[in-house]
This record gives sequence, structure tokens and C-alpha cells, in this order.
Amino acid sequence: MKSEPLIRWDWVTRNWDNGSPSAISTLLESHMLMAFLPVLLGLLVALPLGLACVRWPRLYQPTAGLVNVTYALPSLVLFSIFLSLTGLTPATVIVPLTFFTLAVLIPAVVDGLASVPDHVRQSATAMGFRPLRRLLQVELPVAVPVVLAGTRVATVSSISLVSVGALIGQGGLGNLFIDGWQRQFYTPIIVGIVLIVVLAVLADGLLVLAQRLLTPWSRARRDAR
Amino acid sequence: MNWLIDFFGDADHWSGPYGIPARLLEHLAFSGVAFLVAASIAVPLGMLIGHTGRGALLVVVSANAARALPTLGLLVLVVLLAGVGTALPVLIPLIVLAVPPILVNTYEGIRGVDPDLRDAAYGMGLRGRQVLFQALTPVALPLILLGLRLAAIQVVSTATIAAFVGLGGLGRFIIDGIATRTYADVIGGAVLVAGLALAVQFGFTLLQRVTVSPGVRNLR
Repeated sequence: MKSEPLIRWDWVTRNWDNGSPSAISTLLESHMLMAFLPVLLGLLVALPLGLACVRWPRLYQPTAGLVNVTYALPSLVLFSIFLSLTGLTPATVIVPLTFFTLAVLIPAVVDGLASVPDHVRQSATAMGFRPLRRLLQVELPVAVPVVLAGTRVATVSSISLVSVGALIGQGGLGNLFIDGWQRQFYTPIIVGIVLIVVLAVLADGLLVLAQRLLTPWSRARRDAR
Repeated sequence: MNWLIDFFGDADHWSGPYGIPARLLEHLAFSGVAFLVAASIAVPLGMLIGHTGRGALLVVVSANAARALPTLGLLVLVVLLAGVGTALPVLIPLIVLAVPPILVNTYEGIRGVDPDLRDAAYGMGLRGRQVLFQALTPVALPLILLGLRLAAIQVVSTATIAAFVGLGGLGRFIIDGIATRTYADVIGGAVLVAGLALAVQFGFTLLQRVTVSPGVRNLR
């Protein structure tokens, strides 16, 4: 067997942005779209649904049960089932991933709102906040750390799960794994793994930063001590 | 629906080395071995780290790495590096991905036990190891089982994807079906794997009912 170097840098530079649909930069773009859109959609669905589950606790058990069942399904299974509905489009990856993010985000919203201390809620009411304004200006901001913790988990797993979509022809950077496998060529595989992990770390870091900006009081309190 | 009838109604799918029963057995055998190896590494390690408090960083790092590492990339790379053809290299990523959920939840379970309870156990004269096995473990059991359940589902799911690198099992129907554009096989295979994953989920729910002490259940 010929000794193949683990990574050929000239391949990386040649294929980074060569204008073809399989250029690394193009794959990176489509990967980001397919990874971030499910999280955004998930948040848009999970916020009202989580609020409803807090308002009517009887809803929570069946909702949690349903999302848990979805979460147990392997990603390839959902991708395959959606392949027959949405065909060879990014939606075949985006819709199932949205369901996966919901499994993390709905409990995060519910737990986040439950983490608002009762005395905070009562003070807000005593200060004359009506329920809607109290929700938007007091309860949701206090719930931010828990919701964002869930968002971090959802984002990182979404970024890595997109690559499985390569098996149904829609995997962003995951296509590099298929390419490398078919040609017995390590470089694309390693480039794919590294870019996915870097993307995950960067996205996670940005969310941590967002949490600091959104909850300035948590730092102020620590400084005061 | 027609696809399901095509797939499950075909008598050829029910016998021989490429039939559903044989593929299911393959899937169960691979997943079972990977799960048992992962559990026998991660449960004792998680208990040890949780009890002594040493090595907590390892737990956090492994949890984050497992979430960010792409399964398919890991599979393809390990199998290419180790050599195509044998089943053993495929087991490595299966085990590697199953360890973190068990490790994290076992650690959190032991760590999260009420310190008063720990002190009470010592106060009653129990020694380190007795405290761990007789007081902490029963209380941490729900979380340990949650970790085991997540790992089992992860293994079943990864074993499906591993069909791409030549592993047998139910994933074959999906992967081969995509390659030959036989959607009946893709959907049929997907339904079988989904059924297996849900059976695993249900099995662990039952196990939890049976093994978790009623006193602990009421705490939660």
C-alpha cells in the first residue's frame, strides 16, 4: 500500500473556492444554512409552544412525550422519510433537524420560565406590570440563560448532524466524507471534520457571548461581590 | 404506503442472509457489543469521577467533543485508517460515541446526590466504597439509566449510518436503497430502524420502572 499523507494542503488550496458546486467554501455555506436555519425555526416554534406549556401545564406531558419520541429516531431515518416528501432539496435536512432542535428547545423554554423566582414575578406584578409586559420584560429576560444553554446544545448537534445528510445527497461539508471514502483519500475527510468542529466551537462561543450581552445583570452581581 | 407494502410484502425480504430477520440480528449484535463495551468503560469511570471529584474536566470535554464530532466523518476516517473489510474498526467509533452520554450522566448522577445524604451515610459508619454503592448509586440510578438509554439510541443510530462503510444491519436497506433508487427499501429500512429505536427507548423506560427504588422515584 502506498503511503498517503494524512493531509495534502495543495488539495485544500485548490478546492477551497474553485467555483464548482463541490468547492469547500460552497459546501461550508450550504452547511451553515442547513445547520442554523433549524435552530432559528426551532426557537420560533419552541417559544410560543413552551409558553403554552407553562400556561396550560396539561399540555406539557404530551408535547414532551412527542418530541422525545422524535429525538429517539436516528437522523438518517428522518432524512430518508422526508426524502420521499421533499426530494433532493435542503428542506429534507432542515425539517427533520428542526424537529431535533425542538426536543432540546421546548424543555429549555419551559425550564427557563420555571426558573424565574416567584418573588421576582410578584414584584413585577406589584410594580404594575400587566401579564404580557411582565412576560416580555421580566420573565423572558430572566429565562434567557436556560434558553440559551438549550440553544447551544441544539446548535452544536445541528452542525454535526447536517453531515449525515450527505448520505441522501444534501450534507454540506458531509459531502467531503463521501468524496474521501470513495477515493480512499484522507484529506477531504479531515478537512470536513475540522471545519465542522471549528464551526461548532465558533457558534458555541458566539452564543456564550450573546448570553453575556443579554444578561448584563449576572455579571454586575458577580462584580459587586 | 405502497412502498411499505412493496417492502414488507415481498417474501424475499423475510429470509436468507439479506432478509429482514438476518439484518435485524446483525444490527442487534453490533449495537449490543458496542453498547456493552461502552457501558463497561463509562459507568465505572463516571462513578469514580463523580465520587472522588477528580477528572471532572475530562467529562466536560468528552461531552462537548462527542456532540460536535460528525459521526459520519469519524466512521469514514477510522475505517479507512484501520483498513476496510473487517467489522472491528467500525466498532471503534460506535463505542467512542456511546461513552460520553453514559459518562456525563453517571458523573452528574453521583455528583448531584444531596450532600446531606452522603454525610448521613458516612455518619452511619459506611466506608467510601459502601457509600458509593449502597447510598449514592441507588439515588443516581435514574440519571445513570438516562445516560445508558441515550447511548443505546446513539449506538443504534450510528450503526445505521455505518452501513455506508460496509457494516451489515438494517442500515443496509436504506443505504443500498438510496444507491439503487429503490425507495421502497429506503422507507422500509427507515421504518424498521425507527421501530428498533423506539423499542430501545421503551425497554429502558420499563427497566427504570423495575430497578429504580420507589423511595428515589418519589424524590423527583
